[in-house]
Amino acid sequence: MTTVHIPFLQTGTLAVGGRLLDDAERSVQSHADRPASLTKGHRACQGCAEALAARWVMDTAVEASDGKLVVANATGCLEVFSTLYPESAWKPPWIHSLFANAAAVATGIAASLHAQGRDDVRVLAQGGDGGTVDIGLAAVSGMFERNDDVLYVCYDNQGYMNTGVQRSSATPASARTATTPAVGRTPGQAFGQGKSMVKIAMAHEIPYVASATVADLRDLEHKVRTAMSIRGARYLHVLVPCPVGWGSSSSQSIALSRAAVQSGIFPVVEARAGELTDVQRIRERADVEEYLRPQARFAHLFKPGGEDALERWRALAEANIRRYDLLGERS
Amino acid sequence: MTSHDAPPTLGLSTGPATSLAYHTGTWRTERPVYVELAPPCSLACPSGEDIRGWLGSTQEGEAGFEAAWRRLVAANPFPAIMGRICYHPCQTSCNRTDVDEEVGINAVERFLGDTALERGWALPAPAASSGRTVLVVGSGPAGLSAAYHLRQLGHAVVVREAAAEPGGMMRYGIPAYRLPRDVLAAEIRRIEDTGVTIECSTPVTSLDEAQAEFDAVVLTVGAGVAHHVDIPAGAASKIVDAIDVLRDVASGHAPLLGRRVAVYGGGNTAMDAARTARRLGAQEAVVVYRRTREQMPAHPTELEDAVGEGVRVQWLSTISQVEGPTITIEKMELDEDGRPHGTGEFEELDADTVMLAVGQDADLTLLEGVGDVTVADGVVQVDPTTLMTGRDGVFAAGDVSPGSRTATYAIGRGARAAKAVDAWLASRVLPAEPVQREATAERLQPWYYSDAPKQHRAELEAARRVTGFEEVLSGLDAEHAVFEARRCMSCGSCFECDNCFGMCPDDAIKKLGPGMRYEIDYDYCKGCGICAEECPCGAIDMIPEVR
Repeated sequence: MTTVHIPFLQTGTLAVGGRLLDDAERSVQSHADRPASLTKGHRACQGCAEALAARWVMDTAVEASDGKLVVANATGCLEVFSTLYPESAWKPPWIHSLFANAAAVATGIAASLHAQGRDDVRVLAQGGDGGTVDIGLAAVSGMFERNDDVLYVCYDNQGYMNTGVQRSSATPASARTATTPAVGRTPGQAFGQGKSMVKIAMAHEIPYVASATVADLRDLEHKVRTAMSIRGARYLHVLVPCPVGWGSSSSQSIALSRAAVQSGIFPVVEARAGELTDVQRIRERADVEEYLRPQARFAHLFKPGGEDALERWRALAEANIRRYDLLGERS
Repeated sequence: MTSHDAPPTLGLSTGPATSLAYHTGTWRTERPVYVELAPPCSLACPSGEDIRGWLGSTQEGEAGFEAAWRRLVAANPFPAIMGRICYHPCQTSCNRTDVDEEVGINAVERFLGDTALERGWALPAPAASSGRTVLVVGSGPAGLSAAYHLRQLGHAVVVREAAAEPGGMMRYGIPAYRLPRDVLAAEIRRIEDTGVTIECSTPVTSLDEAQAEFDAVVLTVGAGVAHHVDIPAGAASKIVDAIDVLRDVASGHAPLLGRRVAVYGGGNTAMDAARTARRLGAQEAVVVYRRTREQMPAHPTELEDAVGEGVRVQWLSTISQVEGPTITIEKMELDEDGRPHGTGEFEELDADTVMLAVGQDADLTLLEGVGDVTVADGVVQVDPTTLMTGRDGVFAAGDVSPGSRTATYAIGRGARAAKAVDAWLASRVLPAEPVQREATAERLQPWYYSDAPKQHRAELEAARRVTGFEEVLSGLDAEHAVFEARRCMSCGSCFECDNCFGMCPDDAIKKLGPGMRYEIDYDYCKGCGICAEECPCGAIDMIPEVR
């Protein structure tokens, strides 16, 4: 990727910081005085990667906009756990209206700021996969199509988690949720359903589309900074493991993100104007089992009868590796 | 940036309260705690060096070199020597082996040692005088280490050495191509500069007299006497002891060995003897060893170096007879227990000289007639904690006492003896060495360490090596030494990578600034365990929360 390459200093680019690094080379998160846009005391579950990703994204956006940032937030975990009346865990100006309309609200804010000649104030919209891929898709698509000056960030935990883990159209195939139980001939979410929001965004040919995970902080910060340097509609899709919905240990949220990338399950990409421009290569190839086995929602894959589904997962990873050249075989 | 804990200043006109009011720490069932564990390198170091510590200082580059050296010599006053001759068990145990290759600790040690000599860094000044006197008998690595540490503790120390020059086996056993004599001399002189008196050509002949003169005595006379085996030999045969040859070469009296030399034995002395024979002009040097490569006591790198210089090894063979320039060799075979037995099959080999390298014994003449010092298995028996012999106030360390016969072990035992003498002089009980918890490879998160292979020290071309006694391995330059030091994964000790701080979803870790590490804010920490899981060096434990 085009992220800053850190010279070898005991750890490399993948650690958050390092005592031997020059200040200028440090990540935003490694600074003792980082903005901490999402502060302590929020009610996210233990090990919530969405809370982590939201702080990473917003801290970088706050820095990139010199503190002049307005945030519109869709309904979802992120809104519920951060703003229990009368408290707020957000430091930047932040607004919540409805589940479906975060993109539309952000569009309005951006239009209003532009009308006032305040183009120096930047607008960020964010939501989960429910508010983005399902319920809010029309508003998001409209925002893309009009090329409104908004960075839209989707934190994808692959389901409706705070309401009791129901499926969304971002729930992966074979995953067990409250509404896709692991019973019958095709247990869990059926194969062939769901949609790729990254590809949908790319199809709008907006200036910037990227995917990222909490397994690579510098990559994520780089993408937010790049997005903030561009005007028009931009989309960032971040995979955020959910210990409660995925049935994983709270300590594994980063490890699972890593396994998702290293197995080829979650391609980390960058695209401009609909063209794929960069792909994060696999560093240490992992089998899909490394990603699936620690998650209780996939437990049935490892019982008799689960072999077919497991093979389909492998095929999915292989297809991604081929499609995005994740092993760097073509370049 | 806004202040870390400041409440939101912008937002709804009603002015929302901040979530800081809600302490999520009450959810916790496990709490993360920072721990400091012992790394495998230090646990494996017989000299007891804080390897992780001095590598850590070296990582800072020029600004950290002297601090690194000072941390090193706190345990071992011979970094330039040991950076050359140590078998570095630290590297064998290094956790980095699982990532790519072990850290080249020994090469960095040598770099620090050489840098200190170049820049004339002095050892630390000793503590205020205790008014007590200690005699150290023998100036090998154990003796000089004991003397150095005793002097550091404020005692007046005299080292008496029977040979003409100090150093023991470092001078008379290890060839100059492995340890240049100016390096040896400089590191010994630096110990003398702290106030240690070394009296050479002064053998100690009476323990009673020594004890009358000094408050305590440390025996470190080594094991410099060649062990002998009976081999039927004709009058014209030339059979010499390898250790004597090495000693003669070291003293500047290189013997004539002839064109073909056989070395009998399989230890490091045998390797040194064979390599020395090549340097003295022998075209053929054959090591005759009665077992197999796997069983050979010589360090594998010593064997590799010898073979690289054209030394041949005749495995599973014993010398049964020497007659003039011809030796008779009997083929051996191993039984089920791995013990060699003769096969009755013989062959002949031409050899102008046979060098015996079948072990060394301690010189115990000083202890003849001393009833209260127990000698068993050829060595002086000591209390394993205090290293005191059966006689009050007489201690023993190094090759003369039980244990591994390596310089690094001798240095470690010398230091231990110094502590024991110090405690005994003050009538204190010396506590046993504490058992430390190890930072095992399983605790580490190797994902965060970049691939960075070891910087190999350039080896002199084998052809050039055998022509003389110049040093075989060259040192690292500063840039490479720093790089190598940075390959250290700091197993079990926080090195401030910021992972815990950056990866806490609850913003519940405070960064305290350079060198100060972090603090967990237990008011907000939910105990998810991400910090412990993603800590590269395994310096965070999750322990059950007790309320």
